[in-house]
Amino acid sequence: MTVTSSNAKAEIQDAEEAGHRVPYKVFTERKYFDLEQERLFRGRTWSFVALEAEVPNSGDYKSTLIGQIPVIVTRAEDGSVHVMQNRCAHRGARVCRSLRGNTPTLECVYHQWAYDLTGKLIGLPFRRGIKGKGGMPKSFDMSKHGLNQLRVETLNGVVFATFSDEVEPLQEYLGPKTVEHLGRIFNRPIKVLGDQRQYIRGNWKLYAENTRDPYHASLLHLFHATFGLYRSSQTGASLMDGKLRHSMLYSQSSSNDDARDKEVFKDARSFDSDFVLNDPSVLAGRKEFDDPITLIIMALFPNVIVQQIANTLAVRQIVTYAEDEFELVWTQFGYADDDEEMQTIRRKQSNLIGPAGFISMEDGEAVELVHGAVVRDQEQTSYIAMGGDQAADADHLVTEGAIIGFWDAYREVMELDAKYGIPE
Amino acid sequence: MQVDKLTGVELQYEVERLLARYVECIDDDRLEEWPDFFVDDCSYKVIPRENEDRGLPIAVIDCDSRGMLLDRIVSLRNANVYPEHVYRHLVSNVHVKGIESGEVVVQSNYAVLQTRNDGVTKIYNAGRYLDRIVVVDGGLRFKQKRVVFDTNRIETLMVRPI
Repeated sequence: MTVTSSNAKAEIQDAEEAGHRVPYKVFTERKYFDLEQERLFRGRTWSFVALEAEVPNSGDYKSTLIGQIPVIVTRAEDGSVHVMQNRCAHRGARVCRSLRGNTPTLECVYHQWAYDLTGKLIGLPFRRGIKGKGGMPKSFDMSKHGLNQLRVETLNGVVFATFSDEVEPLQEYLGPKTVEHLGRIFNRPIKVLGDQRQYIRGNWKLYAENTRDPYHASLLHLFHATFGLYRSSQTGASLMDGKLRHSMLYSQSSSNDDARDKEVFKDARSFDSDFVLNDPSVLAGRKEFDDPITLIIMALFPNVIVQQIANTLAVRQIVTYAEDEFELVWTQFGYADDDEEMQTIRRKQSNLIGPAGFISMEDGEAVELVHGAVVRDQEQTSYIAMGGDQAADADHLVTEGAIIGFWDAYREVMELDAKYGIPE
Repeated sequence: MQVDKLTGVELQYEVERLLARYVECIDDDRLEEWPDFFVDDCSYKVIPRENEDRGLPIAVIDCDSRGMLLDRIVSLRNANVYPEHVYRHLVSNVHVKGIESGEVVVQSNYAVLQTRNDGVTKIYNAGRYLDRIVVVDGGLRFKQKRVVFDTNRIETLMVRPI
């Protein structure tokens, strides 16, 4: 019997089979995480930071993170939205310490350096010293010591920011299909309904894969398939923008056919039509869009998912803490003009999503299942081939093409070689 | 039992006994019995403190009937995928605040320790119970249980009731 080393085995597979392979080291090695913070979260990308509805009034602020970097989102007196690094220009303290609030100025508690809502330094104690002693040097120039301001763009009330001067304007970055579908969901003023935070001990890219993966949705999430919210047999599509960064998968529950689906899912653990709800009112809903789409998951590179599942609307922001830790911040919303019945529908359907959601809780477990198992064997790889081995759009849901798209975009922004190596 | 006929000490005893039986039922994994602690048209919400404080409606679990509670358990047993774990509830500071229209208004503190199959025990969730309790068939049941949790960041997922 010939003994083959695991690396050699992987290479043999490479030669024989089509399919995309991602080495496990990109999930577990700190050097990839560190490079992501530079090239990805602080590089040529736009990150989601807030919904404008979270900071509706002058002086409103929200603190959040881009990658690991704390930032503040503010609404200034003139109504404009600003994003700045949450780090005092003096000695580096976090300026804004609350998650959200309203304030006329941003003041660092350490030495009371004060900034206006755009991040400009407007005052500091003892600048001229006390009784002629101490004080800042004559050459001190207030205008050079503001908070680090980021480039900001909003689209239909969704606020994005970037550390990069080079990245293309937001709409160009998102691409026309993404812009169109963001416009579909954010078609009129929204109202924030609440936040949920889910902390997952795994690499954030496992979640980026998960949200570009229509294959798992009806297999892992039994509740989905059983109640017809999502089935792989539905009419749907998996689409990407021109640069493969963003993806959009959507489906139509009106295309369900229970008899056909029983046959389609006969080998799957996850389709049990004997499972009935004692109180089906959790699924009561209302058609609210002109098109037949009942589920859409838009994964915007790098850090946000925008979703409609039935009548639930939410953004899921990915916050990265380490190569093996990230947080999902789910912000659910409705429209400002929702009537009472619609408010009840959204509130009850919220049982479907979030960290305790009937159809979403499993994703936290799935990420941890993978992360816990790929800690070693760093050159070994996952195998992604459902629907073909290319980052291709599909007019069906039996595909992993958008996951390959993510990885193609990831390697480009990270400047990795084809085998995910970091060039010297 | 009529709650307004009980002395303060008797009412405190009955309420504490209800809470003890309630958390024991969950901790012992007798979840099929858990909905029986509620009246049929109950309200059970597990809501992050950050939403409660802002008056925002979104909870992580939001049930407004005993049927919805049963469905949570049927789903947990048959549908959901989650890490194996057990809960251990610690309840304290049980404060019977008064009786309003026949409902006993109670606030208490709780902490849930979670142990997964790696043997590690962590403080999974902590917060307060805001309960409205009524008498049904001679026993106390929850008309409303509002679980407001401070631990806004839920570790991995939440499948089991608090």
